[in-house]
Amino acid sequence: MSGLVLDRLEVRAKGKLIVALDAVVKPGEVLTIMGPSGSGKSTALAAIIGTLGPDFDLSGRLTLNGRDLTGLPTRARGVGLLFQDDVLFPHLSVGGNLAFALPAALRGRKARRAAVGAALAKAGLAGFADRDPATLSGGERARVALMRTLLAEPGALLLDEPFSRLDADMRGRIRTFVLDLIRAERIPAVLVTHQPEDARAAGGRILDPLGRPVSPAA
Amino acid sequence: MTADGALRFAPRLTLLLMAGPVIAGLAGTLRPAFEADGMARLLDWPGLPRAAALSLGTGIASTVLSLAIALGLVAALQGGRLFTLILRLLSPLLAVPHAAAALGLAFLLAPSGWIARALSPWATGWTQPPDLLILNDPAGLALTAGLVLKEVPFLLLILIAALPQADAPRRLMLMASLGYGRVAGWMLAVLPAVWPQMRPAVYAVLAYSMTAVDMAIVLGPALPPTLSAQLVLWMTSPDLSIHPVAAAGALVQLGLVLAALALLRCAETGLARLGCRLALTGRRRVWADRWLGPLAAGGGLLVVLVMAGGMAGLALWSFAGPWVFPDALPERLGLDAWARAAPGLGPAALETLLLAALSAALATGLVLACLEAETRFGLKPGGGALWLLWLPLIMPQVAFLPGLAELGLRSGVEGSTWAVAAAHLVFVLPYVFLSLAAPWRAWDPRFAVAGAALGATPGRIFWRLRLPMLLRAILTAAAVGFAVSVGQYLPTLLIGGGRVTTLTTEAVALSSGGNRRIIGTYAMLQLALPLFAFALALALPAALFRNRAGMRPGA
Amino acid sequence: MKMSAAAILLAACTALPAAAQPDPADWAAVLQEARGQTVYWHAWGGDPRINDFISWVGEEALARHGVSLTQVKLASTADAVARVVSEKQAGQDQGGAVDLIWINGENFAAMKGKGLLFGPFAEQLPNWPLVDVAGKPATRMDFTEPTLGLESPWAMAQLVFEYDSARVPEPPLGAGQLLDWAKANPGRFTYPQPPDYLGTTFLKQVLYGVIDDPELLLQPVDPASYDRLTAPLWAWLDQITPALWRQGRAYPANEPALGQLLADGEIDIAFAFNTGRASAAIAAGELPGTIRTTVWTGGTIGNASFVAIPYNAAHAAGAMVVANLLLDPQVQARAQDPGVLGFQTVLNLSALSGPDRARFDALDLGVATLAPDDLGPALPEPHASWMTRISQDWTRRYGVAQ
Repeated sequence: MSGLVLDRLEVRAKGKLIVALDAVVKPGEVLTIMGPSGSGKSTALAAIIGTLGPDFDLSGRLTLNGRDLTGLPTRARGVGLLFQDDVLFPHLSVGGNLAFALPAALRGRKARRAAVGAALAKAGLAGFADRDPATLSGGERARVALMRTLLAEPGALLLDEPFSRLDADMRGRIRTFVLDLIRAERIPAVLVTHQPEDARAAGGRILDPLGRPVSPAA
Repeated sequence: MTADGALRFAPRLTLLLMAGPVIAGLAGTLRPAFEADGMARLLDWPGLPRAAALSLGTGIASTVLSLAIALGLVAALQGGRLFTLILRLLSPLLAVPHAAAALGLAFLLAPSGWIARALSPWATGWTQPPDLLILNDPAGLALTAGLVLKEVPFLLLILIAALPQADAPRRLMLMASLGYGRVAGWMLAVLPAVWPQMRPAVYAVLAYSMTAVDMAIVLGPALPPTLSAQLVLWMTSPDLSIHPVAAAGALVQLGLVLAALALLRCAETGLARLGCRLALTGRRRVWADRWLGPLAAGGGLLVVLVMAGGMAGLALWSFAGPWVFPDALPERLGLDAWARAAPGLGPAALETLLLAALSAALATGLVLACLEAETRFGLKPGGGALWLLWLPLIMPQVAFLPGLAELGLRSGVEGSTWAVAAAHLVFVLPYVFLSLAAPWRAWDPRFAVAGAALGATPGRIFWRLRLPMLLRAILTAAAVGFAVSVGQYLPTLLIGGGRVTTLTTEAVALSSGGNRRIIGTYAMLQLALPLFAFALALALPAALFRNRAGMRPGA
Repeated sequence: MKMSAAAILLAACTALPAAAQPDPADWAAVLQEARGQTVYWHAWGGDPRINDFISWVGEEALARHGVSLTQVKLASTADAVARVVSEKQAGQDQGGAVDLIWINGENFAAMKGKGLLFGPFAEQLPNWPLVDVAGKPATRMDFTEPTLGLESPWAMAQLVFEYDSARVPEPPLGAGQLLDWAKANPGRFTYPQPPDYLGTTFLKQVLYGVIDDPELLLQPVDPASYDRLTAPLWAWLDQITPALWRQGRAYPANEPALGQLLADGEIDIAFAFNTGRASAAIAAGELPGTIRTTVWTGGTIGNASFVAIPYNAAHAAGAMVVANLLLDPQVQARAQDPGVLGFQTVLNLSALSGPDRARFDALDLGVATLAPDDLGPALPEPHASWMTRISQDWTRRYGVAQ
């Protein structure tokens, strides 16, 4: 089955159920998990990305395009992640950040530089390869972070409140840019947020961490 | 997989390297204590009560004083401009080896020293040095002062490293909003959170102060000397029959240190109870700010001034021509002393450099392996392991190094540079671990998650992300290790079997001869090497990441 | 057949250490074996002038015989002895770390007594015939202990008092005069803390002055008479101690520390086991030009400095070459130069060839050095047991301030 499948995915801490999700996210679709802080959003995220701590018990299955991800380490899952902050590597240039994400299979200096250049052009950042990430504006950094995630050719995307740190006018533009790219590249995505506005813009189903539908107006 | 396996084993290997030599050496040193009436003859030595009392007294007094100054500085001044200034001045002093600090202080305080010269004859009327017993005084005051000079910077930096985990600013704000004075608020709300992290460091300072040999030789009394200095005299005596007495003395010394540590532990509990009771009274004690602030600042500045003055004195003597009392400055300056010392200085500096580079590199590698194992496999050191790491610093050196030296002699490795570097490693590694653990654990784990989500292996995350991003912290930790190695006296002397001469062993050997010019040259180089290492640790990352604003200190 | 094979093996094993050690009688073989060796000379390292001299000797050894010399600088000669002792305990009977020790007195007696020395070799050295055995009996008698060729002399030393003539126009010339002077000038005299070598030598010098029959000092200490014989010494010390520098509550560690006190003007009278030290220090700008030297009427203690080779030295051949080189007239003349060391030679000047003799005649003694005729008689060192016993008693009485 294509897409990201959360097959009765449940997380318990000391016996208490925190996450209970059972959903199929089709390519190009965005599933939103919404809830106030402390409701288990980040636990759900950790379960999908594979960074759940030893105090949590996981049951159920997680598959991506038919491949079982449950129990795989983060790096082998092929799930891309966008953080609340951009988390660009400060010791690398913008191009270095992107090159870090390029699959090793793409060989040759020239070819890798070209791939980096193309990705930057796509994000409207042509010629930024040698820039220090610390000198970029918030919007520019967010776009670099997204391109870095996409260059790793992820099978699915996880968005962890990726727009909450941006100013109001920047926010709408970046959100549109990200969501358009997800639809264009036909990537299944999970958005974790507490902002009804983001949830509405995503346009998909909206659940709370325990799998109950949520109205975006709430 | 094999690399993974080796990494998993790294923490255990490190602990073995730390605790193994200490335990083996301890057994070797103390065994003769039970032979040939060692203990009975020791008890017959008329100097024992006084030597033991000196060891206890100077150790406890200097620890309490340094702790009070360090705590006072942070409690009263942290965040202020004066604090930043004092901290900036004190940090480089951490690199000053104990022997150099002692020699600098001696040059300053002696009745014929710089202070007396500067004030004579116009203020004092002295045309010849007064007959005052300032250095080597029977009460060990000069020794205590020397120890305080060295331990204040150390404790202060340990304290600063522990602060971030204590959430100090918010706690202080809370206490201030409740109407508490700054000092009272700090002591009642922040200290309890900081103390568990700095406890091993305080124990190490107490143990070291009680057993320091190089400082005691230069500054301590001689009628009789402190117990540890007397032990070294006995242990190196050609009269074989005295060796069991030395071993018995080492046993007594060990007992004294353990007793002092127990005393400290009791004091901790008592003070904690007292603190709780004080907190319950609800008195705000704003008055403490008025006099504690200036007192702590005065103490801190005095440490800086005396150290800087001592080092300047050493430097001046190394270039001095004729310089008789009471002239404040030499008649003329010259390079005579340097020219005379050069043939010996060169090889000694090279050996020092080699030993320090070897032991610091080894220690840094091992610590990185331990921390990476902790990160990857969650092998967090338990309380017991942490104490084992501190063991070489808390155990008196005179109690285990002679046994270790004998072990080295039997196995034939003693006297080689490698053996001495291995012995240095035992003392260098804990400091490197202490310096690196905090920045390592403070590294934002999201970088690793981001790397993993981009498909990077743990190895790639370590080499491409963690290592370069922590480069400054790693190099600084290595520089700390380097400085610790440069300052080692007893391990070099005993494990090196006299064949490994470093700047420190030479400086201490020369100090008994009193030739200030030559001593000055050795002490200067002893100082220059660690400073060079620290400069490199700052300059290298700055050059590598000169175009990366996010990699600057404080970013 | 089996028996003889075992016997050969046994013989080979027992003979091995002996075969490994060079024979001083076959000097050509010694020279050949020494070439390329590195000799570790364990010598007290507290005086940069002596260290410089030793490194100069090293250059000569390398140039003349291809022997490298490394000085292991010791805080105390006892360290080297302790090292050989611990090597023996550890069963390391070959390839020891110490090749050559600057030694005399109780350390020599201790090593000789424990069989820790290589030799005899000294009297088979090619330069031995030049040594003034008749005129300087101390070259064969170390603290009344016959050297038996187990150590080779390289310098003569005699106790001289150094005083600042600007402050002390008429220096005391005996124990009694010194006591009176100290009482009149409190805080201006001291001595290195026994068991330091020079400090204990000073005590023996005082003992020479207050004992009725100095001949008894050449015998081992007799416990029965010891208290009675040394009572005047302790009485003398009890009187002078309150008038000492720091009221006797602290003492300098050794000879250079004492010299530094004189240089700093903290004291007015010091002493050294080196007749030329004061002149050399004045020349180097380390002592004021007003310092002069004197000896006590009736003489001062004199002795010789030796080098010895441990039984397990890794480079005994090289060590013998260095010991022989130290007796070379050119090296001896350099040691006697007040600008270098100011040590008195052990050689018999009249036995030297013309050019060698001229080297010594050309030496300028320096402003503060007494002419050989003014040095007075050199008193022999008392038996080594006196040194041990007196320094122990001193420590008990004054070294653990109550």
